[in-house]
Amino acid sequence: MIPAPFDYEVAESVDHAISLLGSRDDTKVLAGGHSLLPLLRLRLARPSLLVDVGRLDGLSYIRDAGDSIAIGALTRHHDVATAPLLRENSPLVAYAAGLIGDPQVRHRGTIGGSLAHGDPASDLPAVVLALDGEIDIAGPGGVRAVPAAEFFRGVFQTAVGPDEIVTEVRVPKQSGDHVWSYLKFRRRAQDWATVGVAAVARRANGGVAEAAISLVSMGATPLRASAAEVAWNAGEDPGAVAAEGTEPPSDTNGSADYRRHLVQVLVRRAVEEAEAR
Amino acid sequence: MTAPTEVEVGTGIGAPVDRKEDKKLLQGQAQWVDNMHAHGMVYLGVVRSPYAHARIMKVNVAPALAHAGVVAAWSGEALADEWQGSLPCAWLPTEDTNAPDHKPVSVDKARHAGDAVAVIAATSRGAAEDAAELVEVEYEPLPAVVDPEAALADGAPLVHEEFGTNACYTWTLEAGEVDRLFDEADVTVAQRYRQNRLIPNAIEPRSVFVTPIPATGEFTLWSSTQVPHIARVTLSGVTGIPESKLRVIAPDVGGGFGSKLNVYAEEALALAVARRLGRAVKWTETRSEGYLSTIHGRDQIQEIELAATSEGKITAVRTKLTVAMGAYLQLVTPGIPLLGAWLYAGAYDVKGYSFQCTGVFTNTVPTDAYRGAGRPEATFAIERAVDALARKLGKDPVEIRRLNFIREFPATVTAGLTIDSGDFDACLDVALEQSGYETLRAEQRERREAGNPKRLGIGLSTYVEMCGLAPSAILGAVRFASGGWEAATIRCLPTGTVQVLTGSTPHGQGHETTWSQIVSERLGYEIDEVEVLHGDTSVVPLGMDTYGSRSLAVGGVALYHAADRIIEKAKKIAAHLLEVDESQIEHVCGTFQGPEESMTLKEVAFAAWTAHNLPAGVEPALEETYVYDPPNFSWPSGAHVAIVEVDTETGAVELLRYVAVDDVGTVVNPTIVDGQIHGGVAQGVAQALYEEAIYDEDGNLLTGNMVSYLVPSAAEFPRWELHRTETPSPTNPMGVKGVGETGAIASPAAVMNAVVDALAADGVTDIDMPATPERVWRALQEVQR
Repeated sequence: MIPAPFDYEVAESVDHAISLLGSRDDTKVLAGGHSLLPLLRLRLARPSLLVDVGRLDGLSYIRDAGDSIAIGALTRHHDVATAPLLRENSPLVAYAAGLIGDPQVRHRGTIGGSLAHGDPASDLPAVVLALDGEIDIAGPGGVRAVPAAEFFRGVFQTAVGPDEIVTEVRVPKQSGDHVWSYLKFRRRAQDWATVGVAAVARRANGGVAEAAISLVSMGATPLRASAAEVAWNAGEDPGAVAAEGTEPPSDTNGSADYRRHLVQVLVRRAVEEAEAR
Repeated sequence: MTAPTEVEVGTGIGAPVDRKEDKKLLQGQAQWVDNMHAHGMVYLGVVRSPYAHARIMKVNVAPALAHAGVVAAWSGEALADEWQGSLPCAWLPTEDTNAPDHKPVSVDKARHAGDAVAVIAATSRGAAEDAAELVEVEYEPLPAVVDPEAALADGAPLVHEEFGTNACYTWTLEAGEVDRLFDEADVTVAQRYRQNRLIPNAIEPRSVFVTPIPATGEFTLWSSTQVPHIARVTLSGVTGIPESKLRVIAPDVGGGFGSKLNVYAEEALALAVARRLGRAVKWTETRSEGYLSTIHGRDQIQEIELAATSEGKITAVRTKLTVAMGAYLQLVTPGIPLLGAWLYAGAYDVKGYSFQCTGVFTNTVPTDAYRGAGRPEATFAIERAVDALARKLGKDPVEIRRLNFIREFPATVTAGLTIDSGDFDACLDVALEQSGYETLRAEQRERREAGNPKRLGIGLSTYVEMCGLAPSAILGAVRFASGGWEAATIRCLPTGTVQVLTGSTPHGQGHETTWSQIVSERLGYEIDEVEVLHGDTSVVPLGMDTYGSRSLAVGGVALYHAADRIIEKAKKIAAHLLEVDESQIEHVCGTFQGPEESMTLKEVAFAAWTAHNLPAGVEPALEETYVYDPPNFSWPSGAHVAIVEVDTETGAVELLRYVAVDDVGTVVNPTIVDGQIHGGVAQGVAQALYEEAIYDEDGNLLTGNMVSYLVPSAAEFPRWELHRTETPSPTNPMGVKGVGETGAIASPAAVMNAVVDALAADGVTDIDMPATPERVWRALQEVQR
């Protein structure tokens, strides 16, 4: 329960953080710490240097950016969950953030940390993916904006390089025509999802258009359920095809078979809930 | 002399007094072992086997010794001459029980993942953990066996080769003409259940701190334990430190649930290292380390058969258990399933009774006492089987229970023990009324008829259990190596306060409050005038500690009797000082009333202390001890109803309501009793729906931390609906029975009966615990196939 020895530096600015991260191999960014600290204490992560970005106050904000809402990478889950700007313009993000962990976790964990950690069982990656959000990554060469669809690369792997940090996340504003749902199936209130489903669409012609459905814990990354999206747009049962293209894990929360079954039920229910909203 | 004073109302037996213990716990002033420090102390780091089963070929501690802060490092072999004996097992059920040698650090083989193979002493905890990684251990991995039935198969890997088998013992109990009753039965049911392996998860991990005085050979061992007295006796045997030189202290202890009813390798190790180094030693487990080194609970396969008439009258019960001992025998490992041996007929009157239990070694953490210890397992098997019988006969489970209840008390059951008292119908009546049983059945039908995918399930558990361990003679008869008595001392101090010494060591139960209430009731002291001392073998020399719901039913009754002795002596002194005959004195709650004048107990205590004017033959001071050996177990009973909703599409089970009606005899503090039932029910529901220690076939613990081992929180539970009936125990003057385990004993059966009840119309007859969403879904898939 005591981490292996490591060095520790406090970043004074984003540029400072980037230069510290580039200063040697095996560095890790410490933000809220709620994913990293358990790994350190179990000695599953053994970085040589921790770069603490927690004091970069300028990275904690939620603001109107025209067509989208911009969320600073260090914004806590609690602030995401309760921000009026998000509740009005992108309620799916706020709602899902309110289901993460427990109140202690939500007061420490950050949206940038959650995305950069790349855990396919986390809530916000799937939500940002469903919304076609965009993630700013700052590195030695400046800032680049990466679409969510290109951000998640594998289990705990993202587009963020070893000397880069996430600085901002943008999610599109949604009009009053949008319907949405987030269903998180878990054994205990504070657990990660066995399977989670984020569903969002725009009402059109008595049905929906622009359907987007993404899945938690159904593969190495958050996944878009493309076949289910097509079905929903066409007014057909998206549940029946929800498991297509998924490669769910087997673990103590459920086998791959069970997850493939569960995702069908949850997608159907998510779509029903969204349409009833 | 003063006039009699009225004792404050509402602090005696039956009053919901606030717990005296809580203020210091809530204000961070409790004394935990891990907070203790001494000059020059070292921290232990234990090197543990990553393999479930492996020969230890070579242990090289040199790289660890070179690490900064490391004081010493030893292999098991290097410590071998520290041990005078094996770690203790106090219950070998048969003469031919295979009892392996169990040294604190293994020398030849690692027999479970987490088995200790080397030890570090370092000047900081971090250095100890760093250095533990540096020890080079060469293992020869061996095939492992984790399932107790697989372990009995021919050719199974042998956990202890010297026995030539993994069987530890077989113990049987047979009464009545069981075979004939089965032959003549109209109907029989045969069920097979799996008691999932559980991890106790006390909120305070185990922790040990030893301070030696090398010049005198004295050692003080502080341990987060339920059993300081038992630890002193047995650790003396393991280490060779004379009992007279060993003081054991259990300061504030943050829970145990049976896991600290044990004497562990690390306690012996801390003593041995303190002896070798002449320095204070501390060791505190981490949560994940505890999962690999602190005992687990349950892990049994149960086969139960009922013989019955076509009306549903049960005539005989036949049970066969196959129980995982784990890799070694801890303090009570083999005896745990036997604590349920007499209870497989539950609250029902049967003529024939057959019980057989085989203990089996497996490459897993040893099992031992976990809340209920043998009795939740027994209750589960009979209560589930009774429901199965009801289904087979097409009858309501209430009707079958009513038909079979024991109704005359004391009741000597066919299995052989005598239930002291009870009124099983009364509990069931309250449970049915409070749960709205008939309304629930109607709602269940409506949902089913409407095709609602969320089924309603209603589960009953009408239990009786034996606790308050235990009559010493019975313990002797079943080959348990110690007595079951308890001691209490009341010391009336000269200035108006009183000390109580109890050998029953609390670890969260609220003894200080409850004991104060007993003294307040009997002797008229205010609650805050009573100081309860416990958990230190030098302060309280006589004790048998806390487990098996014994504190009040044995230790509390000892205190009651000690109060009688105080009153008896004080009466003599009061009569003498009031210059009247003793027969003219009436004692009422701390006041000795003569024909004209009276004296308070406090005044008598002062007079006894000065000893200026005592009656002839009466010794100075007012202090009395009583050692109470109970004549019988205590037998709480009750009726619990679980109401669940099962989502047939996802398999999710939600516990909607839980109604518990318990009869625990006289209640001293209803708030504390409710708290015990809250916690017990929560743990039982956890066994039914959430918790399971899972090993893979190689013996790796897959649920190695609290992310994967699912201890539920308040968020997963409804508000418990608690009710009581009260049938005093006739075997003690207070009428009290134990309560610490009842919730955990009754609830797994109630919840699983509810889950199966919800799906019975779909054709599901059983689901293994815990009823995970996947297991429920699979059970439905099976029947739909």
